[in-house]
Amino acid sequence: MFKTLIVILLSAVLVNNYVLRQFLGICPFLGVSKKLNQAVGMGVAVTFVMLLATAVTWPIQNFVLNNLNLGYLQTIVFILVIASLVQFVEIFLKKFIPALHKSLGVYLPLITTNCAVLGVTINNIKDGFNFLESMVSALGCGLGFMLAMVLFSGVRSRIDESDIPEHFKGLPATLIAASFVSLAFFGFEGIVENLFK
Amino acid sequence: MDIMPILMALGVVACVGLVLGIVLALASKFFAVDEDEKVKLVREALPGANCGACGYTGCDGYAEAVAKGEAEPNLCIPGGSSTAAQLSIILGVKIQELEPKVAFVACGGDCEAAKSNAIYDGIKSCKAAAMVYGGPFDCAYSCVGCGDCATVCPVNAICVHDGLAHVDPRECVGCGKCVGTCPKHIIKLLPKESKTAVMCSNVQKGALARTNCKNACIGCKKCELNCPEKAITVIDNLARIDYDKCTGCRLCEENCPTKCLKPIDFRNNKIG
Repeated sequence: MFKTLIVILLSAVLVNNYVLRQFLGICPFLGVSKKLNQAVGMGVAVTFVMLLATAVTWPIQNFVLNNLNLGYLQTIVFILVIASLVQFVEIFLKKFIPALHKSLGVYLPLITTNCAVLGVTINNIKDGFNFLESMVSALGCGLGFMLAMVLFSGVRSRIDESDIPEHFKGLPATLIAASFVSLAFFGFEGIVENLFK
Repeated sequence: MDIMPILMALGVVACVGLVLGIVLALASKFFAVDEDEKVKLVREALPGANCGACGYTGCDGYAEAVAKGEAEPNLCIPGGSSTAAQLSIILGVKIQELEPKVAFVACGGDCEAAKSNAIYDGIKSCKAAAMVYGGPFDCAYSCVGCGDCATVCPVNAICVHDGLAHVDPRECVGCGKCVGTCPKHIIKLLPKESKTAVMCSNVQKGALARTNCKNACIGCKKCELNCPEKAITVIDNLARIDYDKCTGCRLCEENCPTKCLKPIDFRNNKIG
């Protein structure tokens, strides 16, 4: 049991990294990775929302939609739920934890339309995880997202300082660097299965 | 055909939406935070483009900074002076007009005055022409005259005449697009109230500058010595005017041997 959870966590962080292996959530990955503290802030916010969204959508899928044979409504209902949830969390934080609300800032509403969050909830259902496994998977995906953001913000600060040809400055160089970081993550292929063989 | 599944799906989505909507509505009512009234007013006066041109995270961030008095009310570029005026009224401070500026081509080398070594017959673009031996004129700091500045000008204030670009100061809005486009970097933004301008950008030694163009500034320092306000300094063989000090007494213009110092009156479109 414990071993399964560890495997789910590690494979979500390293092997099936949402940004670098499945290419979900690329928008914040490119948009907010300019500075390290912003990248960490976004990573924390995404992890938080992923956990919350999974905690809400898993029961909805298994107790409401599946019972009524409405599994095909998954996508539309999940989008609805996640969007409202993020709004609710924002209102709640603004009232009770203003400091956290301020530090998350504009990232919280941005996550509403983040496909990585939707991807986590849908994949958890697709993989047939139970509730605990789903939560661990969501945590892993969030941590993986944060890892990718932090790594890439480091890469980006180096790109900014280096002398690159005029036509590659800005986004082109960033995209090329992103592809290299993504390639590097292919090195984790098969590592989890072999660790726990 | 069985209509039940359709109604069922419709009902479920509607119910979920309704429940969430009610929850959000209640939450926004009960968890409402009293915002600073001033911030709200300022926020409403801003365009809401969240462009970040003011240097803050967005209109919300800027509104907060303005309300706290940490930021000047005239930083919003899309809003322009009308927004700045509105913000000043909300804050109860004096309206700070952005000093109006006018683009000015600092070159007097028209086809008659400037010596030309070749006739350029390539692509009609200053950037291209400037790459071929530095342009059609001998002077390395002369207006190329292909009108790249006229092309980028959003208000059609620039026309090229006699190998030299001219800015119509009545049309110019001072956006500075031409300043960044000119491959010779000879277009400058001057205060709209300026009275005198140096119509040359050549920093070469006087003899060379004079050989290439009759109207060039030769860096003789006569203007510097004669200026009663010490508003002119010659740096790198080129006279430079400090417009904070210049009173428009015209002494420098009278003493200039090449007449590169010209009286200007942007308000009435008189240059030279």
